[in-house]
Amino acid sequence: MAQNEKVLMKGNEAIAESAIRAGCRFFFGYPITPQTELAAYMSKRMPKVEGTYLQAESEVAAINMVYGAAAAGARVMTSSSSPGISLKSEGVSYIAGADLPCLIVNIERGGPGLGSIQPSQSDYWQATRALGHGDYHMVVYAPATVQEMADLSYKAFDVADKYRTPVMILGDGMLGQMMEPVSLPEPRTELPEKPWATTGHRGQREHNVANSLYLSAEELERTNFERFERYDIIKREEALSEEVDCDDADIIVVAFGASSRIARSAVKEARKQGIKAGLFRPITLWPFPVEALAATVGHAKAYLTVEMNMGQMVEDVRLVVEGRAPVEFYGRTGGVIPTPDEVLEQIRAIDERLGE
Amino acid sequence: MEELRVVFAGFGGQGLLFAGKVVANAGLIDGREVSWLPSYGPEMRGGTANCSVTLSDEPIGSPLIMNPNVLVAMNQPSLVKFEEAVVPGAKVFADTSLVNRLPQREDIEVFAHPATELAEDAGLKGLANIVLVGKVLKETALCSRETMEAAIRKAVPARKAQMVENNLQALELGFNL
Amino acid sequence: MAEQTETLKYERPKSLLPVVTNYCPGCAHGTVNRLVAEVIDELGIEGTTIGVSPVGCSVMMYQFFGCDFVEAAHGRAPAVATGLKRVNPDNIVFAYQGDGDLASIGMAETIHAATRGEQITVIFINNAIYGMTGGQMAPTSLPNQVTQTSPYGRDVATAGYPVRVCELLSSLDGVAYLERVTVDTPAHIRQAKKAIRKAFQNQVDGIGYSLVEVVATCPTNWGMTPQDSFEWMRENMLPYYPLGVYRDVVAEGFADAAEAAAARAADCPIASQGGAR
Repeated sequence: MAQNEKVLMKGNEAIAESAIRAGCRFFFGYPITPQTELAAYMSKRMPKVEGTYLQAESEVAAINMVYGAAAAGARVMTSSSSPGISLKSEGVSYIAGADLPCLIVNIERGGPGLGSIQPSQSDYWQATRALGHGDYHMVVYAPATVQEMADLSYKAFDVADKYRTPVMILGDGMLGQMMEPVSLPEPRTELPEKPWATTGHRGQREHNVANSLYLSAEELERTNFERFERYDIIKREEALSEEVDCDDADIIVVAFGASSRIARSAVKEARKQGIKAGLFRPITLWPFPVEALAATVGHAKAYLTVEMNMGQMVEDVRLVVEGRAPVEFYGRTGGVIPTPDEVLEQIRAIDERLGE
Repeated sequence: MEELRVVFAGFGGQGLLFAGKVVANAGLIDGREVSWLPSYGPEMRGGTANCSVTLSDEPIGSPLIMNPNVLVAMNQPSLVKFEEAVVPGAKVFADTSLVNRLPQREDIEVFAHPATELAEDAGLKGLANIVLVGKVLKETALCSRETMEAAIRKAVPARKAQMVENNLQALELGFNL
Repeated sequence: MAEQTETLKYERPKSLLPVVTNYCPGCAHGTVNRLVAEVIDELGIEGTTIGVSPVGCSVMMYQFFGCDFVEAAHGRAPAVATGLKRVNPDNIVFAYQGDGDLASIGMAETIHAATRGEQITVIFINNAIYGMTGGQMAPTSLPNQVTQTSPYGRDVATAGYPVRVCELLSSLDGVAYLERVTVDTPAHIRQAKKAIRKAFQNQVDGIGYSLVEVVATCPTNWGMTPQDSFEWMRENMLPYYPLGVYRDVVAEGFADAAEAAAARAADCPIASQGGAR
């Protein structure tokens, strides 16, 4: 990716601009805090690039507009925050069932229910396990910087088109509203052909149908099998993670997105104090970077997952570690952001226990 | 260079987020790692607003500053809120037009100036924020004068370009305090 | 032997595929599907038309039509149609929906697609019952009508009143054309086809959102013969849902829905301004 001049941008705006540069010309959304800047940016920019910004009557309608636009072959996205994503879950299931590509952005806030408007990571399960009904997954990216919000949004459209799947950017209010220098990607000039799109057959082909309905159980099973074969490829090809000082680490802190930044500060401080700590940061939450994390299991003596929730990703970490080392959890929830000192305290406590 | 962790705190409407943006732009121009984070949540509605700006030579961890080494306090509640949080040796800048009780800690440096009145007297109403940025620049040398002036030009939106000159004057005023 | 000449009087519309539908005898869906197909043929638009099928008895419509199709979630057809039409404005996009789909679970999508003036065509089948799920009370079930979930008759004191969709939508500025028809007699079928053709032609001409409501039957769930069900429909539904044109901006003398809306808002300064862009 070419390095363009860096500009200061909010995470929400970086996602929007990057999506436009990826060739996204259709945005359907509904107002909700703290993703506000994203929709506002789109409403300003889309008309200037001959794109469409449409404020839908509801999240439910917005995601179904995304469904229609994706079926028509466009690069299309929606954004929302936790309660709004719950409303979109029906549509995402249909989009996955019809094998259509799109981008869904969740700038998380505290929950459950109406919750708070402060940053949170409590939709990890929803994003990786249960957004909508049925046997399906979507690729979930968890950026930790404004630069990553730009880069991963750009990449998300390619991955969505390549595998014909919905892709989610899972951010939070802190990442969405903070500014950092960002180098934006080059605008796309060519987009992939979509011969399956419902654009009108013009007498040139059989009719295309975007559909998730199968009255025959065997046929639906076959479709699901095929989709999961694609998921296997995604797991092999698309898992991403970052490691900081993990090679010789006794204690590996596992954290994603905003909490990984706090964990990074804590790990740095722990090293200064002579504790061999490292940070493992999943960048894709689905597929979870199983192989990369598993490679640390031999030497790490303990794991600590740090999340802004009551302990969700920790289950995936435990699935990888398989009881071969203790996996502990520290989290703040409801919109409270953990501090590096709190995390450091946890690291020190684990270090003391390991020394016993 | 030492990591700079500035908290700008005061009332909504005092230009705290903008002051933070100017400093963030200075870091950008100097090619440093930068983060700018506005406070949002209940305290936004409780009368105080703040923003965290970090300039560093290494990747920045948490953008939320818990222990600032520079505090710009533009009202009394903000000073009270962050007084205990600043690290020993921190530089605290207080706008005494709105702060009447200064910190009692002896392990910090306090710079007290009636920035709001000074700005008004100089015909720069509403630019106390940049007056204080000028003073911060002088006391911390976080960047060069040229960089900060360029940062102001960058931070002022194009549609308010006529405000650049006043901002530069406010910077000058603060720098010379 | 005298030479015999054959004249073809009736054939399958080209835009219907040679498949057997799943509709019951006496159901209006078969008739209306065919009318839609005839109109698509006559306008020569099959190659650019995208249908959106609902959840309900016409859920499998995408298997009956030769044009491209998208199967929507229950009630969401107008939103899906919006997405399709916004991406390819030159396509002809129609949604085909029943009463539960359009006027209950999808009411928000219906009203907002209409008030946005989406350039789409909606075919609305109102048979006062949920057919596919086995005969539950619909938003258009009549007062005192017995259904599976109103076994003592629809009690308006607790279940409220039926929704008159054409009347409801007729107040919206984005709407170009609304007509309520039925398909119980050849004359009514001809009138229904005329209305459906107009609703599609309006889209071709960019005049605005058009909806045709077809008052219909459900012999299976009403528990009647096809003949009796049409009789019941004429007797009970038509007085509640009178046939006729509820909005036609062209007949009112306007070029399109936008012009009609502007005229209506002529006294409102801000509404009369040009866009800020």
